[in-house]
Amino acid sequence: MNEDRKLLSGNEAVALASRDAGIALAAAYPGTPSTEIMEEIATLGGPSQWSPNEKVAYEVALGAAFGGARAMVAMKHVGLNVAADPLFTSTYTGVSGSLLVVSCDDPGMASSQNEQDNRRYAVAAGIPMLEPSDSQEAYDFTLLAVEISERWRLPVMLRMTTRVCHSKTVLRPRGKMPPPPAAHFVRDIPGRVMIPAFARPAHRRLRAKLAEILAWNESEGPQEEIRGDSSLGIVSSGVAYVHAREAAPEASFLKLGMTYPLPIDRIRAFVQSVERCVVIEENDPYLVDAFRAAGLNVEGKAEMYRFGELNVGRVRRILAGDCSPEFVPPPGKPPQLCAGCPHRTALSVLYRLGCIIAGDIGCYTLAALPPIEAMDTCVCMGASIGLGLGLRHVLPDEEARRVVSVIGDSTFVHSGITGLVEMIYNPPKTGHVVLILDNGTTAMTGLQEHPGTGRTLRHESTGRLVAEDLARALGIRRVHVIDPVAEMAAFRRLMEDTLSSGELAVVIARKPCKLAEGRIQAIQDPAQPCGGEGSACHA
Amino acid sequence: MRDGIVTNVVFAGLGGQGVLKASDILSEAAFIAGFDVKKSEIHGMSQRGGSVTSDVRYGPRVYSPMVPAGKSDFLVALDSMQVAPARHFLKEDGILIVPELLLKEEQNLDDLETDPPTPITKRGLNVALLGFLSVCLDLPESCWRAALRNNLPPKTHAVNDAVFDFGRAAGMARSPLRP
Repeated sequence: MNEDRKLLSGNEAVALASRDAGIALAAAYPGTPSTEIMEEIATLGGPSQWSPNEKVAYEVALGAAFGGARAMVAMKHVGLNVAADPLFTSTYTGVSGSLLVVSCDDPGMASSQNEQDNRRYAVAAGIPMLEPSDSQEAYDFTLLAVEISERWRLPVMLRMTTRVCHSKTVLRPRGKMPPPPAAHFVRDIPGRVMIPAFARPAHRRLRAKLAEILAWNESEGPQEEIRGDSSLGIVSSGVAYVHAREAAPEASFLKLGMTYPLPIDRIRAFVQSVERCVVIEENDPYLVDAFRAAGLNVEGKAEMYRFGELNVGRVRRILAGDCSPEFVPPPGKPPQLCAGCPHRTALSVLYRLGCIIAGDIGCYTLAALPPIEAMDTCVCMGASIGLGLGLRHVLPDEEARRVVSVIGDSTFVHSGITGLVEMIYNPPKTGHVVLILDNGTTAMTGLQEHPGTGRTLRHESTGRLVAEDLARALGIRRVHVIDPVAEMAAFRRLMEDTLSSGELAVVIARKPCKLAEGRIQAIQDPAQPCGGEGSACHA
Repeated sequence: MRDGIVTNVVFAGLGGQGVLKASDILSEAAFIAGFDVKKSEIHGMSQRGGSVTSDVRYGPRVYSPMVPAGKSDFLVALDSMQVAPARHFLKEDGILIVPELLLKEEQNLDDLETDPPTPITKRGLNVALLGFLSVCLDLPESCWRAALRNNLPPKTHAVNDAVFDFGRAAGMARSPLRP
């Protein structure tokens, strides 16, 4: 009886569906909670790749979709900020094949710098949006998104959240979709070249497609209505729906599968069929605002429930209008840099030198916490370099000379390179120092490869970005590579020298991540088996 | 059965202790037994030694993947220090399973590494505690064995079976602590 049942996470379900949909190219940059999608596609033998960042991943996938293929790009919520530029215009151009955009939001910020609600992007960019509530729907909606994308030649967004991505639930696969026609290029200058003269009609075409999709969503969309007690009706979507089903099993439900464009007539009919209608949604009041704008009489949640994830208990409180303070469990143990992590040594040196540390996103961000406390800013990928330069420009000289930008190797590839260009183009008068903590992996998200490792997602050898060569090519004279652990005293002297030199410097502290070391060795010397059970090996 | 029809288990521990592996094994055992299963966790930070919890729920139909506060039938803590942050999940008459339950009275946890008759090490605590849990749950032993094999490397199957047996024996010998 288990042959056609599977117990899969939402991310694994998307990967399985991408195989069954015949996705020809899937690109991403790692980011919790989305990372496992690409890794699972590779495990299934599919065509997935890491790109330098989400914008490039999006563009590569869009190019594949221009060529008539079924393509996919996946990212965490903040990744869509990076990819927003191609997103907003790709809805104008549309696609020849299909393009699935997977956005994995992180309500409650289990592993993110903000809890932005990417449903807003669907409205802003005009991209149809599906919201699965479990792995079965993650699978089904992936297939449906490809169908919708092909039918209307428009990118479609699958909006997941941490609890959908990382929860395992039971699913039954549907079987493979018929393959698309072979990829080929059809010249369409007005359709693909978004100069104003062509973009104006393209915008009208987008709105016409959305009107058609709205009509389809009203009559045939993936909504589910459960008739229960008519005294309470609940409209919900995503994982909030399953919390609500459990919290109020007697209620009537309208579960929305496609939440942009919203099937407002269908929703109105449901709202009018119940005495009291409550909208249960995580994050922003996206649905409730839209319903109220349409003149529907619905209740939303109190502002306090906008913060953090929902759960069954919180939904019960929302339904009861309970705004009393919530129980706060005793704090657990916060995560820390691993014992023997090279970041510990490097950042402790900076702390002892009294540096003002413009930091970035990665394991090393944990150094902001006690006992190291060696990070003064963390905003977004790559921000360390621009922020450090800005501080250098305005601070008094004696303070400015203490400013250092600290960025990891993977983050440097993602968004640090343009910062380096800014540094040579607009150098502060006190100079500046960029410290690249090169541990040879994307450690924070679980040891993924990146262009600086010279290995693909599948750990196969490929072209490699060499940070020191790049820095030298930009004309930076002080470029140093050093092992901050083995040569700690020299590293300290080097940092002192470069900080006070008044020149531009790039210091690369190169020492492999303790968790990745064994695996890197195993890849380079396949005769040696890596770690084994309980080790950090993810291969 | 418990809480009407859905069985709820919360695992708690520290990153690297095998919390997620333990919840994977239980959820697969329940899955093989034919139940609806949902398993939830927050990872991303889990490799960095911080607190980790994972929820497993099974029954004829499960909705939320997260065990509601005060509804867990079992709290399995791989580290006794991690009981406090997760205790609020446990229902009033819920059962707390901690590593100390595996010990003979004169032993302490460090003896798990050194005492030769004990087949487990600290790294095997997750499987031993699953053995203990298995005698409290209604899942057939064959489902547990299959789930262990599917989630652990082949070369460790024999030792993990022994560790699981050790936990089962401890579970049958002891009445579990009530919180």
